Formats: sequence, C-alpha cells, structure tokens
Amino acid sequence: MSAQAGGRDFAGAARAALADPVLQQALANIPAGFQEKRRNAISRLPEWDALVAAAVAIKDRTLDNLDVHLERFEAKVTAAGGRVHWCRDAGEARAAVLSICSNAGAKTVLKSKSMIAEEIALNAALEENGIEPVETDLGEYVLQIRAEAPSHIIAPIIHLNRGQIADSFLESHKKYGKTERCDSARALLNEAREILRGKFLSGEAGITGANLLVSETGSAVIVTNEGNADLTLTLPRVHIVVASIEKLVPTVADAWTILRLLARSATGQDITAYTTFVGGPRRTGDAEGPEEFHVVLLDNGRAGMLASPFRDMLRCIKCAACMNHCPVYAAVGGHAYASVYPGPMGAVLTPWLAGIEHAAELPNASSFCGRCEEVCPMKIPIPHLLRLWREKENDAKLSSRRSRILLALWAFAARRPWAYRLGARVLVRGLNRLSQGAGRIRELPFGAAWTATRDFPAPEGGTFQALYAKRKKR
Amino acid sequence: MRVGLFITCLVDLMRPSVGFAALRLLENAGCEVVVPRAQTCCGQPAFNAGRRKDAKKLAKATIKAFAGCEHVVAPSASCAAMLRVHYPELLEGERRWAARARDFAARCHELTSFLVEVRGAKSVAARWRGTAAYHDSCAALRELGIRDAPRRLLANVAGLDLREIGDAQCCGFGGAFCVKYPEIATRIARDKLTAAKATGADTILSGDLGCLLHLAGTAAREGVAISCRHVAEVLAGEADTPAIGEAKE
Repeated sequence: MSAQAGGRDFAGAARAALADPVLQQALANIPAGFQEKRRNAISRLPEWDALVAAAVAIKDRTLDNLDVHLERFEAKVTAAGGRVHWCRDAGEARAAVLSICSNAGAKTVLKSKSMIAEEIALNAALEENGIEPVETDLGEYVLQIRAEAPSHIIAPIIHLNRGQIADSFLESHKKYGKTERCDSARALLNEAREILRGKFLSGEAGITGANLLVSETGSAVIVTNEGNADLTLTLPRVHIVVASIEKLVPTVADAWTILRLLARSATGQDITAYTTFVGGPRRTGDAEGPEEFHVVLLDNGRAGMLASPFRDMLRCIKCAACMNHCPVYAAVGGHAYASVYPGPMGAVLTPWLAGIEHAAELPNASSFCGRCEEVCPMKIPIPHLLRLWREKENDAKLSSRRSRILLALWAFAARRPWAYRLGARVLVRGLNRLSQGAGRIRELPFGAAWTATRDFPAPEGGTFQALYAKRKKR
Repeated sequence: MRVGLFITCLVDLMRPSVGFAALRLLENAGCEVVVPRAQTCCGQPAFNAGRRKDAKKLAKATIKAFAGCEHVVAPSASCAAMLRVHYPELLEGERRWAARARDFAARCHELTSFLVEVRGAKSVAARWRGTAAYHDSCAALRELGIRDAPRRLLANVAGLDLREIGDAQCCGFGGAFCVKYPEIATRIARDKLTAAKATGADTILSGDLGCLLHLAGTAAREGVAISCRHVAEVLAGEADTPAIGEAKE
C-alpha cells in the first residue's frame, strides 16, 4: 500500500531536506520546543522512573493476554450499545468506516487527528466515495488544504512556518470570502476556528483515533489540546473510533498511569488540555453524545508482531519523544522518511507494515546514538530493533552488493590476525602516501562517501601493532 | 593486575599514539599490560550491519585472544560497549559460550572508567595547556553510563580549562552511518562543532577516535578552528603531537 511503503530514496529526500532553508528553520525549534519542555516536566515529577516501570509492566501484562482484553473490550462496548468492527488490514478498516458512513447517509465526516486513519489512508478512501472528510485538528486542517502528509506524529505541521500557513489559508479561504492574509498566529487561529465551526455543525459522522482503549469499561481515551476531538465525537450523530489493537489497557487506573507519562513525554505538559473517556452511544437522559458508537479495531500485522522479536514495539504510546530527540529526524524532518510513521519508532514500524524490502533504508538511517531508547517512556529498545531489521536486510541480501563484499572481505581478514595486521599496514602506507604530509586527505579514491562532505584525517604513520612489536624488541 | 589492552582498529590504524598513551596510563596505574597479537576487531561493524554470524565469530576470537587477562581495557567506549554490552547478547544462545561471554563482558572496560572505577585513580600527573570541551560519545554516555570518569581525571590536569558542551547529542559518526548518509552525518557534526566552539574551547577531547576523526575531518573541511584529540593523550601527558588531521610541523 502506497501510504505505508516508506523510505524509498531516503538518502535523496534527506539531501533535499538538508538543502531546504525553510524546513531547517522549522526543525531548529525542536530542542527548545520539545526536549527542554519534556526535561522540565519530568524533573517536576520525582516518581518518573517508577511510573515508567509501572507503565511498561501494564503494557507487557496486557500484551500477554491481549486476546482476553480485546474480547472483554468488545463485550463492554456491545453492552453499552456500541459495535466493534474487527479489521485484519487497512482495506477491511476502510471498508468498515465506509459502510458505517454510508448506512448513516454521511456526506461530510469530521475527523480529529488519528495516525491510524493515516495508516489506512482513510481520507483518500472517503473522498473516492463521495464523502468529504473535514480535519478538525488545526495542524491536520492545514495539511488537508495543502494536500500534504503529516511530518510528525504529534506535531503534524512541524515542517511549516507561519508564513506558509498564511499563504495556504489565503488561497484556500478565498471561497469563504476571506481576502486578507493573516499576519499573526492568533489571526490564523481565529480564521480557522471560524471556518471549522461552520463545518462542525454539518458533519453527520465524526471519526477520532484513540490514545488508549480500556477493556474493563469498553471506553476509548482521546487526548487533544484543542478540544476538537470532543466536538467531533459529540456533535455528529455517529462516532467512529479507529484504533489499533495494541492500544488496550485493562483498567481505568492503568490508563491514568500511562496518561501521566504521555503528555509529559510528548509535549512536556503535565496533562493535555482535554482528556476524554467515551464509551457507547448516548444513553437515555444524557445531555449529549452520538446515537451510534463504533470502534474500528485494526490489526494490520500487529497480532503477528506479538509473536515476533519486534513485540516490544507494541508498547509504543506514540508520544514522539524518540523523534523529538533523534539527531537524524532533527536534521531531515519527517517527510524524508516517506512513511506514515517517521523517526526512530517509524523506522521500526514501517518495515513491519510495508515489508523490509520496501523500507530497508529506514533502519539504516540511524547512528545508533541511543537517545530514542533513553527517552522512550515505554523502554522500547529501538536501536536493538533497528539492528534486527538490518539483520533481516542482510539475510535477504537487500543491502548493496558492494557493501556486502567489503564486509565479507573485512570479516575474512579480521578472523586472521596476520592478514589483518598486514592489511592495516598496507592501508596506513597507502593513506600516508595520499596525504603527502598534509595531515588530511581531501579526496579519497574509493572513499568519496567520506570525503565528499569532510576531509579524512591522515594516519599518524605505522600501525600500533607494528610499532609496539618494534618497541618490545628493543 | 594483568590487563589486556584492546587496541581497537581505529587506534591501530589511525593513531597509535593513543595506544601508547593508554599503555602508559595503565602502567602508571600499576597494571601489568599485555597486548595480545591475536586481537583484531571487536566485530561491531559486522554486528551493526546485521551480519550476526561474522560478529559471533569475531566475538569468540576476541574472547580467546584475551584469555588469561584479569581485565580488558579499550581506549574507546564504542568498542568497550561491544565487548561489555553486546557480546553477552550475541552469544546468549550458545551453550558453550553464553557464560563465558558474560564473564568476559564483566571484565571489559573503557579506559577512563577503568582507571577511576577499577583502579581508584583520582588524578594523573599531567599538564596540558588549553581550553577543551569534552565530547561524550553515545556509547560512553548511553551504553556504558560513563560521564564522570574522564572529567574527574581531566579536572586534575594542570593548565587545562575544561568546558561543558551541555548537550547529550550525537556527533553524527555512527560507524557505517557516516558513510551511508554523509550529508546527514556531517550536518550533525557541524552542529556539534558549533556547540563546542561556543564554549570557548580550542580543542575537543573525547574517548572515542571514531567521533574524533569525523569531527576533525568536518572541522578541517569547514574551516572551523578547533583541534580534536583523544583524552588518553592529554591524560598521559603525551599531547605534544599534532592533533588529529593536523600536519606535522
């Protein structure tokens, strides 16, 4: 599926991203915008480490009995008058949403931000079937009018600046009689709010994601900072939750343990502005709420992941701390990954969703600096999982022939100390000839991958082993 | 105490003086140092390229090469982390090797942490004039949890003014990463150089030659006036050689 097949020509996309000054300026906000705020939020919470351990245990325990929790969740949803739709893959999930919309006679559906909707390419499917999706999250709304994909899982327009958004609004909002370019964030917000308010009242169905699903109550937990999800799920007649199966937690208390981590790790807030638990349609006497409540539960390979070495990835709560601390993401942004999920967590998830043969570059786009694992509130060993993908890439001979031959030759020599020492001496001599006493080499033959962007320091001269042997003889 | 010096490929090839500095530091700390001829590479390039079989063979060869050493010390956190963290994981499924790898791993150390934590060294008798920023390699900081050891030793080097870069960022080296994605790697290095320069430092010191070669090469190409040097050279009082990538006078 095109929306998942990620990472093709990551290198080319990365080069373009590095050469894009507007993008670079936007990405420069990440350290102060995310890293510092997260650090401060955590420093205010002395029990952080204990909370992390508790959350990891909750998720592991849930994954051990996921079948039980899924069925309990369905039973609770059904008892409350809602319906769970089990979907093996993206196609089934799209079909389920379309069928609910068509039964409801929906022509306009409200959408609050959902990565699962991105994963199943829901907007395109809705449009093809004559249904207008209206993105109600401000960032997603901007992307919708620009016909762009999100570049970050919690800050979808982190790649844009205010001027670009103002230009897009000016062009797109002409049809609403808006002719002036907004010159402040406040003006942009007001204009978006004014236009979206009208649309909120016209939606026949509302689609939200879910940050968590609670099996003991059959509820979905949705967090936002804009409150748009709450309008999306209360105003229309039908509420559809699209969520993947690993979002389950057993109890409301478990949900709160994870919620305490989520906002702190994501945006550095103690809690998001809105945290909403919903379950089932409106009951008699309820002041508000939808007439129908559906949960479209997506597997899309996750059940298979449970029994794989990638199981730990299912603990992910999509807080984005990994990408917010990744030097590679910070350098090139999310679009270079060409996958629904960018950054370190995306580099683990995308090969699973799209197949390693379509995403082999992504697990390689890491210096293994380990910051992702360090900041992950669910203790997912991301570098380890990326290395596992590299193993699969190597075993399937997907890496370049040249690199495989070089590594094989090197390993052959490395297992023969005499050959290794000899090779090292020859190499040092060759490099010294190239440097001509300059201390550095501007251009390495067969080594353009190094010298295209930086000099190669010349060796001091002589290998340690040779010099040490000489010294011992004396 | 019999200590095996794991020389590391990069030191062997690029900067033997780091090896001799390590040798002196270990001897000064009262160790009997041996340099097994049978050692080659720890196998990390194979391990990180997903070539587990090759990595296992090299792991076993390395463990054999250092048989009889009470401790194994490397002037590199990256290689030390391979021995200490990844060998047990690599060989855990092999009946004849799992326990041996765990035992070996527990005796492997990065140079400065060995000096401070195992040998209890508080200071080294060295002097070096300069203002230096210390770059923590990711392997040191996050795989081995080393932060204090090099700083504690450097604090007692006469004439040295040590500055803090203050971030925990990667320099962009990442082994094969820096040749697979040279533009990204160099961009990350530029950020690190800028941060190091901003401290007022004229030299970057680090415990990992990989980072230093990448940083020195980037500094040279970009014309950033900052020298790069391995921390062992300064600690051993052997930093009168040209810095990495600089010509002999």
